[in-house]
Amino acid sequence: MELLDNLALGFSTAFLVQNVLWCFVGVLLGTAVGVLPGIGPTATVAMLLPITFNFEPVTALIMLAGIYYGAQYGGSTTAILINLPGESSAAVTALDGHEMARQGRAGPALAAAAIGSFFAGTVATVILAVAAPPLADVALKFGPAEYFSLVLLGLIVSIALARGSALKALAMIALGILFGTVGQDIYTGTPRFTFDERSLYGGIDFVSVAVGLFGVAEILRNLENESTRSAVISKVRNLWPTREDRRRLVGPILRGTGLGSALGVLPGGGHVLASFTSYAVEKRVSKRPQEFGRGAIEGVAGPESANNAAAQTSFIPLLTLGLPAHPVMALMVGAFIVHGITPGPNVINDEPALFWGLIASMWIGNVLLVLLNLPLIGMWVQMLRIPYAVLFPMIILLAAIGTYSLNFNSWDVYAIVFFGLLGYILIKCGCEPAPMLLGFVLGPLLEEHLRRALIISRGDATVFLTRPISAVLLVVAVAALVVAVLPTIRKRREEVFTEEE
Amino acid sequence: MERRKSLADVIAGGIFVLIGGAFVVGALSYSLGTPLRMGPGYFPVLVGGVMTALGLAIVVKGLVAGDVVTLTAVPWRAIAAIVVAVVFFGFTVRRLGFVPTSFVTALLTTLASSRARPWWALAVAAGLTLGATLIFVVGLQLRIPLFGPWLQF
Repeated sequence: MELLDNLALGFSTAFLVQNVLWCFVGVLLGTAVGVLPGIGPTATVAMLLPITFNFEPVTALIMLAGIYYGAQYGGSTTAILINLPGESSAAVTALDGHEMARQGRAGPALAAAAIGSFFAGTVATVILAVAAPPLADVALKFGPAEYFSLVLLGLIVSIALARGSALKALAMIALGILFGTVGQDIYTGTPRFTFDERSLYGGIDFVSVAVGLFGVAEILRNLENESTRSAVISKVRNLWPTREDRRRLVGPILRGTGLGSALGVLPGGGHVLASFTSYAVEKRVSKRPQEFGRGAIEGVAGPESANNAAAQTSFIPLLTLGLPAHPVMALMVGAFIVHGITPGPNVINDEPALFWGLIASMWIGNVLLVLLNLPLIGMWVQMLRIPYAVLFPMIILLAAIGTYSLNFNSWDVYAIVFFGLLGYILIKCGCEPAPMLLGFVLGPLLEEHLRRALIISRGDATVFLTRPISAVLLVVAVAALVVAVLPTIRKRREEVFTEEE
Repeated sequence: MERRKSLADVIAGGIFVLIGGAFVVGALSYSLGTPLRMGPGYFPVLVGGVMTALGLAIVVKGLVAGDVVTLTAVPWRAIAAIVVAVVFFGFTVRRLGFVPTSFVTALLTTLASSRARPWWALAVAAGLTLGATLIFVVGLQLRIPLFGPWLQF
């Protein structure tokens, strides 16, 4: 049983004292930022990335991963208790979860979310362990042409799932790619767009881009209208669900886990899609659809299982192909690179302890999350009382110190102001920041593989279509693009038609 | 047919055209090379061109049938306070040292909120400076002097 050997290796790594400790710190921080509105996992991972530079690579990745899936957990707590989803994927949970809380059943709602998330996290971790090695084997056969097509596909799928205008999302990707070209050209060493400023030769640091786009821009949006957060929180009693509740939980958790595991692999917010889809499915299969929106426990258990499963399986493209499916995963790519490891199919063979340790740590992290969340629910509720007037100066100060400590370079700090303002204006105009960050991280890969593929094919651009895997990937990319653009066209036409009548 | 103009679309598209155009112009000064051996300028010109075209499309769409985005009030005070605070940090951290820079940065940031009261702001700034110093300098051994050359007589 190779799988068992691998998992044994993983657990022996993940159970090292420092790894369990930092895994705990990661899920603790993750839960905190999930609970607190106004700061998300992307900004947190970006700010804390620099302080993990001194860690062992596996410890650093375990902690950063913990922040990501911990935030999925924390987001559901505020969604249920005060109808304020801390994370976008928890928006669905608020529908029935908060309704249950208003009926005095906050305890069972929180328990359903925790049990569902734990089960889903466990299953998805096994799926990750089973699916990753064969995928990595396939990926090892990829040449530059296949990689170029794959990166392009990843970028395009990420917009197909994003909300808002596809045109703007495409432009945001291009913007990210362009900023990614700043610095020395990989083949000729020519400095590009550096304005003769030495510190720009190495390129713009992606931590600055992420902190600016997801930290500073978000704070500016929150300061647009300052309203006191009304924290009227009911006491949570009777955590344990009734026998009837337990019976009703099984189906939604199983279906949510399946849906989430499958959708999590898709780039660009698969976990949000997963929780929305799961809610729709539960409503459809339920014998009591009228209860949905009025406190149906299925409407909490299903989406929560789905988004947690998706949070785990979104590591599959990262670990096997080196492709990030989510802005946090894009930051993880950076974390790998900082530690001298190129994320991709080689990780599993070159760094087995790291690969399996990270996977095993996710299961440990899920156990820690259940322990952290159910008994300590009161503590998280108290955290909601921290006023935003303390929170946002803290975020700004952490952002400045964090980016400065990257290279002890003031330009990295100025960059967060630049990207914060640019991001703020663009977000205000209806653009999504996530595609830009993905473009920024994947742009250099896109250019490198494009140029390498063309050198190998002696300048023959048809190489992308004559190599079968590459051709299939490109066809899928075009299909995804059409799907992304079509609904908007159709909707526009409908609107125009109704206006004419 | 009623046309709905969208200022948000026009602004966003304009930014894309501007930045895309700037990158194309900048990249044209580098060697373009051939498709076989692309020079440093080839890829940026390509992507910059695509982005300029997308930006133009967004502007045109914004003039004909744009996305309805309600533009909320711009928090000028918050923008000014945060920009000044972060730039101050970047400029002085090496000169003033970690402690005074963090304190002033946090203090400037609290001004972003229109509800900032002086004593409250001082308390928040002092607390955050203490916390940051403990975490980064004591805990994580960050190599930044606590007090920099400007403060040593």
